[in-house]
Amino acid sequence: MGLASYLKSRLVPAELEEQLNRIRKPIGSLGYDPWGFNNDAVKYGFTLTRQIYEKYFRVEASGVEKVPAEGPVLLIANHSGQLPLDGLLIGYALASRPDQPRIPRAMIERFFPTVPWLGNLLNDVGAVLGDPINCAKMLENDEAVIVFPEGVRGSGKLYRDRYQLKRFGNGFMHLAMKYNTPIVPVGVVGCEETIPAIANIKPLAKALGVPYVPVALPVIFPVKVRLNFGEPMYFDNSEIPEEQVTERVEAVKAEIRKLIDKGLSEREGLF
Amino acid sequence: MSEQRKPRILITGAAGALTQQVINRLSDNCDIVAVDFRQQVYLGDDIPSYCIDLNKRGFEDLFRQYRFDGVIHLGRLMTSELTRMRRYNANVLGTQRLLDLSHKYGIKRVIILSTFHVYGAMAYNPALIDEAAPLKSAGLSADLVDSVELENLANIYLWRYPELNITILRPCNIVGPGVRNTMSALLSSERAPVLAGFSPMMQFIHIDDMADAIVLAWQKPVKGVFNVAPHDWVAYQQALKMCGCKRIPILSVPPIVPKTIARLLNLKSFPHYLLAFFKYPVVIDGRAFAREFGFKPKRPLKEIFRYYRNNKRPV
Repeated sequence: MGLASYLKSRLVPAELEEQLNRIRKPIGSLGYDPWGFNNDAVKYGFTLTRQIYEKYFRVEASGVEKVPAEGPVLLIANHSGQLPLDGLLIGYALASRPDQPRIPRAMIERFFPTVPWLGNLLNDVGAVLGDPINCAKMLENDEAVIVFPEGVRGSGKLYRDRYQLKRFGNGFMHLAMKYNTPIVPVGVVGCEETIPAIANIKPLAKALGVPYVPVALPVIFPVKVRLNFGEPMYFDNSEIPEEQVTERVEAVKAEIRKLIDKGLSEREGLF
Repeated sequence: MSEQRKPRILITGAAGALTQQVINRLSDNCDIVAVDFRQQVYLGDDIPSYCIDLNKRGFEDLFRQYRFDGVIHLGRLMTSELTRMRRYNANVLGTQRLLDLSHKYGIKRVIILSTFHVYGAMAYNPALIDEAAPLKSAGLSADLVDSVELENLANIYLWRYPELNITILRPCNIVGPGVRNTMSALLSSERAPVLAGFSPMMQFIHIDDMADAIVLAWQKPVKGVFNVAPHDWVAYQQALKMCGCKRIPILSVPPIVPKTIARLLNLKSFPHYLLAFFKYPVVIDGRAFAREFGFKPKRPLKEIFRYYRNNKRPV
């Protein structure tokens, strides 16, 4: 433990550690929760993310204070950029806000748990397999959960389709209604241009068992990222047909659309 | 027959450490008869103990002779024991015989020990699996079929003969002094294999706590299926570290590689058909049992791991 604690003292700044310690999580006696969230791993993860967030993508987050300080909440955002960087940045924005920070949980693609190291690493820092049962149990635990209802349709889209929202799944709305959970829409601008892909090699993706294999330069561009958090939206738990659920989902989508447009109009250049 | 007669219980699996713990807890207030499929076990002068196959005709004589009130069925052959066929005979057909006899002789309470393995370790498993989740382990390996079949059978008897008051318990990894299952063997070894890049979340219950859970289930005849697990979790590799095991990584992809290695190594503690459990998590939700039976585990994970760190045996 000597080396580990030395490294921690060198790598994890005391104020960040204190910031994270202020956030209470329902964890067991060894610092884990049932999904693999690990208190210590999060500290390393956030130290690293801070560099990515502040130095590399120079993120500007506005409205993060609109996320309720406690109770279950769903952060619904547009997905883009091949890698789940948008989830990481939204998570950091919320965990680093000075007033009542929270460590949100991101719902991740189903293929991640099958990837050695990466799957565990994502679980360590709080990401969770995107399964409706997981999401429901998290909301029961009063967690803030990041969901990208576009899924791989969003993250895998090509450069020419940037900022076009793909179809949203309805699952998040059903959960929000059932668990009486506010929805905070988030518009992400910038991640689309981090890994511009011109094509998707579908046969290779199929052979590898991954959702997509983009044709792109092997670099992540340091695009300036803007995160715009909207006002929380509330939906009652009335028995309504699926059509009306879709209408509600469309309302959230429209809100995200507005937030993206706001971000696009604010930016003066890619970098 | 006297009104004051103590309840008489048939307990199977007498050679197991867990069974002996349960007997210790119940023997003051109950008359115990112990049987084991594998060996004759001496449990003291007051406790009749038999070595008998549940499928043999002579087994029924015990029911005639002792007129049991309850049955606690802990005697399962573990996945690492004997051949698949013999395990099937003992675990599935043996249990069926036991349940048939229990019905025939008017038993009022049956407790059956199952395992969390029945859920199956899958990449898509959510955490905190509850009792209503599908049992997927039969799809993983034919070596796990008997666990699922045993459960199906017990479930059929559960609704067909409600008067048997069957309770099926699905515990997480039972560990601690005297436990001889695969997980206990791994934790007590000096070196333990791990799949490189995979460290699934796991749950462990101390044998003392598990024995308490079984006794609680005996005391309150609520029938049904219940997970039994503390509300605490740890990653597999972290557990090994805390037990002082050196971790030996095995190449984990493509899946055929670790499977072949496990077959070649032929370790009892790391069988090829349980590999998925070292790759993907099966985190069960034990809260329903805790609520219903007032169960509160007393031994924290740290204490369990301390025991293994201090009691090392070479692989």
